[in-house]
Amino acid sequence: MLLLSLAWQSLRNRRVTTILTIFSIALSVALLLGVEALRVSARESFASTISGTDLIVGARGGGLQLLLYTVFRMGTATNNVRWDSYQDWSKHPAVAWTIPYSLGDSHRGFRVVGTNENFYKRYRFRNTGQVRFASGRAPQDFNETALGSDAAAKLGYPLGTKVTLTHGIGAAGIMDHDDKPFTVVGILDRTATPIDRSIYISLEGMTAIHVGWQGGAPPEPGEETPSSKLKKEDLKVEAITAFLLRAKSRIDTLRIQRDINNYLPEPLMAIIPGVAMGELWSTVKYAEIALEIVGGFVVLVGLLGMLVAIYTTLNERRREMAILRALGAGPAKILALFLIESLLLASTGCILGVAMMYAGIASLQGVVERQFGLYLRWQGFQPEHGIYVGLVLAASILIGLVPAWRAYRNTLADGLSVRV
Amino acid sequence: MSSPTSPSSIALANIQFSYRPSLPLVLDIESFVLGPGQSCFLYGPSGCGKTTLLGLIAGVLKANKGEVNVLGQDLNKMSGSRRDAWRGSQIGYIFQMFNLIPYLNVRDNILLPTRLHSSRKAEDIHKIAASLGITALLDRGVLELSVGQQQRVAAARALIGSPPLVIADEPTSALDSAHRENFLQLLLAQCRAAGAALLFVSHDQSLAPLFEKQLSLPDLNRAAKPELV
Repeated sequence: MLLLSLAWQSLRNRRVTTILTIFSIALSVALLLGVEALRVSARESFASTISGTDLIVGARGGGLQLLLYTVFRMGTATNNVRWDSYQDWSKHPAVAWTIPYSLGDSHRGFRVVGTNENFYKRYRFRNTGQVRFASGRAPQDFNETALGSDAAAKLGYPLGTKVTLTHGIGAAGIMDHDDKPFTVVGILDRTATPIDRSIYISLEGMTAIHVGWQGGAPPEPGEETPSSKLKKEDLKVEAITAFLLRAKSRIDTLRIQRDINNYLPEPLMAIIPGVAMGELWSTVKYAEIALEIVGGFVVLVGLLGMLVAIYTTLNERRREMAILRALGAGPAKILALFLIESLLLASTGCILGVAMMYAGIASLQGVVERQFGLYLRWQGFQPEHGIYVGLVLAASILIGLVPAWRAYRNTLADGLSVRV
Repeated sequence: MSSPTSPSSIALANIQFSYRPSLPLVLDIESFVLGPGQSCFLYGPSGCGKTTLLGLIAGVLKANKGEVNVLGQDLNKMSGSRRDAWRGSQIGYIFQMFNLIPYLNVRDNILLPTRLHSSRKAEDIHKIAASLGITALLDRGVLELSVGQQQRVAAARALIGSPPLVIADEPTSALDSAHRENFLQLLLAQCRAAGAALLFVSHDQSLAPLFEKQLSLPDLNRAAKPELV
């Protein structure tokens, strides 16, 4: 108790250094926990890119690839799903709903997604997040389109703009669907998911722009079918790229998955998004580890600051040590006094650091979500945080041992005399 | 609280000390005795082993050879940590200067021994402060004090809880002559009142007549190398 009060008063006496030291430890702890929160948030944010979907179904191929082109709008499908097959499954008694995706076109680098009203009604992300419109409405006619918020922001198209889509993912101008322009009728709210980076049209729209493209190449000049000659009723959707599926009862998910994988009329594949996302995330594990290592080093730097702050006082405090020695404080007590000082600095720093992290997350949440599409969620004080803080304190004892040991040696050497 | 079987506060016999076995002897004293409650002036110019002798008596250092009996305790037979505890509870120590912990106020500095050792009681702080004329300073920071005031606070700290032995290592050398005599009278009076033995080391021989006993370390210490100025 006496040592604690001595340590406290000694630190208070060196107010400026003490505050600076505590602040640097606090900053490093806040950074460590902040990085941890960022890591967890990134994983959660990633995992919740899609929710409420039990299965993703596409043509047989790679599961990861299917996940990438349906959820993350990356890569391309190699095969389609026939409309009949899709109908079979969407009307299956155990299936609650499906969302069809028809992919393959783009506009200035933004993927075009042909889908139907189910997408606007049923698609969920981050558990309850739903697709909403910032302005306008969902595309209904075959020549209408809605823009994801990133796409809208980058392209700067207001409602009513005429848009020409490009066949494939390449640059505009090579194989444009310029015979069938689309009109922007809606702009989606920001979701901070890949939804924001796409352009949405109806399935019929996707069919319409490919009328005459049956060979995979544009129709010969003069054989194009202008939009004016097309009627929605005439457009028959023959294939989609993939679809999302929700089972009526989640218990059926595995059974439906098996049945889809064994579907005889067409080779299909169904994947469970959570499982596939987990596999995908494990590939970026190295980035996570790197983040953790950086966080660890930041703390080390903070604690080295403490070491310097205490160590530099050692010489001017030799007199103090001699006095304590004369008063009957043994070298062990001197060692303890210095350790307590380190521990006081580190624990105050930890408390302040946790508080700073709370405040940081609370104040940066909005900005980070808007700017980076990363939903920073404060997970509450987790056991891991306790472990981290414990590790910081343990490290502070280890580092505090350096000046403490030096003071111990000084005390033994100096005895009651002081060479100042 | 000197043991009743021991008639003296300090009794050194045939002690030898060197900081390492390979180094020459720093101290070689045949006999040094201080009676209980006695005040002793020890003449100690620099370089004659003064600091080392005080370290031995206070139990910070351990003699290579010989008997170090202080307040009835054979220090050679005590462990380091027991000597530390014993020193804190039995000895009041005054340094030449900078006696005080800079981050504690006057009161806390004086009370420090009582907080380190339960056997030293704090109740006489006001009496001691009054007799040393520092009552008004109790709540001041030590850095605001003059050197003379600091030494009186150091004396109060050495005397609190009535330790049976007070060691003063050149406590007056930083004071001017007027304060020196005054401080010394106060210290002597307080030690006498508390029944404490006082071992006072100084190179200033003009102070010697004020003490009951006068000794010269260069004479006692056969290992001393007289410093030729």
